[in-house]
Amino acid sequence: MENVREYFKSPWRVFIYLFLTIFAFIWLVPILTGVITSLRTFDEILTNGFISWPKTITLENFKTAWDRGGLSRYLPNSFIITLPSLTLTMFFSSLSAYALARFKFPANRVIFFTFVGGMLLPFQVLLLPVFKLTDFLGLYDTYWGLIFFHTAFQLGFCTFMLRNYMRTVPGEIIEAARIDGCSEIRIWAQIMLPLTLPAIAAVATLEFTWIFNDYLWAIVLLRSDNLKPITAGLATLQGQFVTDWPVIVAGALIGTLPTLLVFLFLQRYFIEGLTLGSTK
Amino acid sequence: MTRTRRDIIPFLFLIIPLIIYIVWVIAPMIYTFYLSLTNWNGLTTPEFIGFKNYQKLFNDKVFYISLKNNFKWLGAFITVPVILGLGLAMILNGTIPGEKLYKMTFYLPMVLAMVVSGLIWGWLYHPKGGLINTVIVATGLVEKGPGWLSNRDIVLWSIIIVAIWRQVGYVMVLYLAGLKSINPHLIEAATVDGASGWQTFWRIILPLLTPVTIIVLVISVIDSLRAFDLVSVMTRGGPANASSVLANFMYIESFNNYKMGYGAAIAVILFIISLGFIIIYLWRVMKDELEY
Repeated sequence: MENVREYFKSPWRVFIYLFLTIFAFIWLVPILTGVITSLRTFDEILTNGFISWPKTITLENFKTAWDRGGLSRYLPNSFIITLPSLTLTMFFSSLSAYALARFKFPANRVIFFTFVGGMLLPFQVLLLPVFKLTDFLGLYDTYWGLIFFHTAFQLGFCTFMLRNYMRTVPGEIIEAARIDGCSEIRIWAQIMLPLTLPAIAAVATLEFTWIFNDYLWAIVLLRSDNLKPITAGLATLQGQFVTDWPVIVAGALIGTLPTLLVFLFLQRYFIEGLTLGSTK
Repeated sequence: MTRTRRDIIPFLFLIIPLIIYIVWVIAPMIYTFYLSLTNWNGLTTPEFIGFKNYQKLFNDKVFYISLKNNFKWLGAFITVPVILGLGLAMILNGTIPGEKLYKMTFYLPMVLAMVVSGLIWGWLYHPKGGLINTVIVATGLVEKGPGWLSNRDIVLWSIIIVAIWRQVGYVMVLYLAGLKSINPHLIEAATVDGASGWQTFWRIILPLLTPVTIIVLVISVIDSLRAFDLVSVMTRGGPANASSVLANFMYIESFNNYKMGYGAAIAVILFIISLGFIIIYLWRVMKDELEY
């Protein structure tokens, strides 16, 4: 309390704080509006206007989106796609990151820059060939097509982040293990991975939200409605309930819940993941 | 252990990830260039037709609209979120009552899927029942609010606002990390020497943040070129292509009109525009490497 009083001693700070508070409120308005809308009926909003005390509060919109809107199908699909992609990409990138961080060989830099450059590509440049490739491999319109692509594409970012982190692990530990005759695969599994855990947690948290929130690849590589993840499903829901905004918004909120929970509980890792690459 | 055996070890670690990456990312990227020179429609075998797709593209009105929209998006992205994000980072760096809650507020839009943001904002923009027009009409200044997503002159900006709403938190995170890495003694020394807060910001803090600013700008450019989800969910590029961007134009030509060779040509143009910025990013990474 004393600190707070101290902080607001200068009028300039009071002004800044007021500005910040108004700004933060504006930032929350869309989400608050979404929550309020999802609890009302569209008829009631149109008759009384949005800014009015709701006559009735209902969870019906969530139920409609979940049952008739198909979210009960789409949401599990999101996990079926996201979790294997996440596991595979973390596993493979921890392998490549170790090789690039800890071994000197001529192609090291070239391979490293290929991974880094690839992560910045506009997706459109991969869209058609990957679509063709999944078709060729018989993976079009299956979970696996999408899983393989996510695994592959995210390798760029994950390798970049993990490799940079692995370089900060003191070399003596590894040298000592090598001298003791420890095999490279054991050094990777029993020394490197445990030491890289903070970075793995950070990158994995971020990757979870990215893969889970993907929309473009889901609509390109999947056609069957019963395979669609929540993002693609929400677009379908929008077409199905064109003007029933409370149902659409309720669906959107359901679709946000998993990433929101991950963010709330793993916020520290999420933020670390975002900043891992930007400053040394 | 023999020398050759030692040399082979890194490749044993690399082989599978590298093959996956080459098959799913590198080779497709190259193949797009070839596809852009064909008349592929998604079903038949692609036939080589030279630069015809590009000729058609450079005479296509929608291409120019999309290109211009991408640049408007880019212009908005390298200014508004960067200034707001830096400003917020400056305010929230250090201790401020309720700091965590404020940070979380600005992070929140980042966590939402673009599709979710697009849907929620689509409702905010609703011409009659939406919050924005309800508030505008309630002020009594106008009888009817604008059609945020149906008016050709403003539709693109309506969508860009949503993208900015998301982007500010990201920029703020990066600057917060940058500010943390600045040695507080430098700022103290400046203050002792009689520099005002404003001078300290321009002469010391901002120059020290240059590496972060470069990364922020490159990421902003890349993100603005990737823009697809919001446009796809909110307007599909309409009305009359007024909110079309290259990514969306490419998707529609390829997957709705089955002109995939043509779509590939659009993708190549997008790639060429991003290439410069990818190189700047790689150059930054390389610089860090050499200092390492």
